[in-house]
Amino acid sequence: MSVRIEAANSARWPGNLLASRLACGVLQPILTRIVRRIAARHPSLFARLGPYQTADFVIDPIDLPFAMHLRPDPDRLLFRAVPRDAAPRADAVIRGRFMLLLELIDSQEDGDAAFFSRDLDVTGDTEAVVRLRNALDDVDTSIAEDTAAMFGAPGRAVLARLRRGYSADMEKD
Amino acid sequence: MTLAELICPAGTPAALRTAVDAGADAVYCGFQDATNARNFPGLNFTPEELGDAVAYAHAKGAKVLLALNTYPPAGKVDLWRHAADLGVRLGVDAFIVADMGVADYIARTHPQARLHLSVQAAASSPEAIRYYCENFGVRRVVLPRILTIPEIRQIRTEIPCEIETFIFGNHGLMVEGRCSLTNYLTGQSTNMDGVCSPASDVEYARHEDGSMSSQLAGFTIDRFGPDEKAGYPTICKGRYTAPNRAQSYYAFEEPISLNLSRLLPDLIDAGVHAFKIEGRQRSKSYVRNVVRAFRQAVDDIRNGRAANIADLVALTEGQKQTQGAFETKKWR
Repeated sequence: MSVRIEAANSARWPGNLLASRLACGVLQPILTRIVRRIAARHPSLFARLGPYQTADFVIDPIDLPFAMHLRPDPDRLLFRAVPRDAAPRADAVIRGRFMLLLELIDSQEDGDAAFFSRDLDVTGDTEAVVRLRNALDDVDTSIAEDTAAMFGAPGRAVLARLRRGYSADMEKD
Repeated sequence: MTLAELICPAGTPAALRTAVDAGADAVYCGFQDATNARNFPGLNFTPEELGDAVAYAHAKGAKVLLALNTYPPAGKVDLWRHAADLGVRLGVDAFIVADMGVADYIARTHPQARLHLSVQAAASSPEAIRYYCENFGVRRVVLPRILTIPEIRQIRTEIPCEIETFIFGNHGLMVEGRCSLTNYLTGQSTNMDGVCSPASDVEYARHEDGSMSSQLAGFTIDRFGPDEKAGYPTICKGRYTAPNRAQSYYAFEEPISLNLSRLLPDLIDAGVHAFKIEGRQRSKSYVRNVVRAFRQAVDDIRNGRAANIADLVALTEGQKQTQGAFETKKWR
């Protein structure tokens, strides 16, 4: 089974195709650094992924002009930003607002609750998604804060600001 | 007043540490195999992880209960026996069992081990509970979620063991340990393989109108409108059409969670020894928030204060909650 990002979501950013490609290009070295650091710090992640280490996940933050492609293969880690219209077919697509996805990765939000509220969409191979969720949930430290710390004080400030905005949005909802 | 221990779920070592740090008196968990009823992909503990978890919990004054709460298929008991032996070696504080053969093995081989009777045994009468106590030395029964508080109070006077009741989480009322719905569609057994709606058989589809359907083994079991809250993809919570119904309807149960936060004082007064939070398949975030809320509530009650329960509805299935049969048998 493989799935693609919905056409409707690709079409949401029609004027931003160039910006999307530029953003992907700028982000790529950063994403590679991030994923390598996470893998080095949390090698036990891979055991919980089991046979899904070579699965292709497309993570689709609906409020950003690009998606992300993750293949959590410890031997050939892949994490890249991709324009939506060029996103590969994937074993599973995980879709939601960027901050929700970030808080899920960090276990600050509950995936089942986000699914119940319909803020999180999952299509494709459900077992792949469940394994990825459980693997990430067994990480004790904050992946978001570790990542922010890679960029020093500015990185931490950006994360804090994003989280404040997200909390304010949640309170409004 | 009973101790009102708080029994909390953990699907991973990190969740166990979260539960202990949030105030759990005991944490229940399982191995990565069919010996427990949450045999989900990527979940549960290796023997080494369980050993570390026991050390962590004990250092902080919490207990670890090992769920061996599935039923071995005939002639295939070795996996369960090995898990029990391992649990003893790793120093778990009690075993949660459902199968009489597993209970008998532990009672004979490890007579010092403490046995709790799982809800999967569906023991809901004093006669049934006494049978397990007298024959296998069961020290605590986890009651099925079908009894009112007056009924629990009455049972308490007629049995020689402690009572544990669920207070939050999944509200599955089928005759527990006997449900064959998943088996019917997927060939895998909730009770013997430990998988209810195995993820490998679950598929979600989004439709152009914004609705979302959930399927199990190719059968559509629900379709949620664009703004409708969703539930788990389990057959018992599915919505079906029937010839005598104008619209699809929840034929068995609704997607809804149990929340007994307001009944805690009554449950303590009825003699309940321990409160169980469901959700080994849930995240650390769920564990942290639910355990903290109930820790605060139980401590308030034990100190003679009115319990102030945090709003947990966002974590409930379908974002709906009920007191179920604990309040009244007419709850549906």
